Amino acid sequence: MTDTIDITLNGERRAVTRGVTLLQLLASLELDPRAVVVEHNRTIVRRPALSDVRVAPGDAVELVHFVGGG
Amino acid sequence: MATAVETLRDTPFTIGGRTFHSRLMVGTGKYQDNETMVRAVEASGAEIVTVAVRRVDLDRTKRAGVLYHLDPKRYFLLANTAGCATAQDAVRYARLAREAGFNEFVKLEVIGDQETLLPDVQGLLEAASILVREGFKVLAYTNEDLVAALRLEDAGCAAVMPLASPIGSGLGLLNPYSVRTIKRRLQVPVVVDAGVGTASDACLTMEQGVDGILMNTALAAARDPVAMAHAMRLAVEAGRTAYLAGRMARREVAVPSSPLEGMLD
Repeated sequence: MTDTIDITLNGERRAVTRGVTLLQLLASLELDPRAVVVEHNRTIVRRPALSDVRVAPGDAVELVHFVGGG
Repeated sequence: MATAVETLRDTPFTIGGRTFHSRLMVGTGKYQDNETMVRAVEASGAEIVTVAVRRVDLDRTKRAGVLYHLDPKRYFLLANTAGCATAQDAVRYARLAREAGFNEFVKLEVIGDQETLLPDVQGLLEAASILVREGFKVLAYTNEDLVAALRLEDAGCAAVMPLASPIGSGLGLLNPYSVRTIKRRLQVPVVVDAGVGTASDACLTMEQGVDGILMNTALAAARDPVAMAHAMRLAVEAGRTAYLAGRMARREVAVPSSPLEGMLD
């Protein structure tokens, strides 16, 4: 049993620690949970629930924020 | 300028139950740098600024999003669904935007043609119906088609945003009649979005009686975005004030401004 799993993060395959929560994933990326919105397998995960949701192999995670736009 | 408008007792500019002082809304995209963007937004006097929802750049997470530069307490952030080509995508982006936690307003775009970026009216109506049911205040970017605008109002949109001309084209107000007709027939605010190129375009647009204008490229692509933002602020106020003042009738003949009496022999 390896200690990493592959997920799709913002459209790209990425190895993350097995059993990691979304909140821990954000921390490993040095992202402030208040500054991003997390979508896990097409479902939005609210900030208080980020520490409850663990990623599984093959999961799709999207991390989005606001950028300049018209 | 503000005094003149007060004298004319302008009606408040209210969208979805919120009242704003500035009738000019500005986008935050395509600026050469964030500092110029911030200074242009300030110079425009806009309260409502639009932002887009995009993936965080995971290789450069230290490069913060637009909120690092714009204070959400100072500006009313209006998220858009720019780039979405289907109703489903637009709904997904709108939900993500609302989750960011600032407000329930969304500038709905569903693009039907990639060359002209003209809206897909069917997709707009479908997305608007879903989002209105979910409690969103929807500002729908649409073409200058009266029937489409009426349908969007029926679907519960908080504002309808007909284009002056295609996004980023700077061609100005191509169809004043259609925009005027939409304004005359709708109860909800009409905000012209896209196509304004310079101050005279903004002034002419406001003279049609619309409630406001949203622009981005006209500022971002100007040689001096900050100066253009200032010009646009004045133009929007001038156009609005001229509309309220009521223009003179057009005549096909000259009428002298100086008295005919008292002329020398």
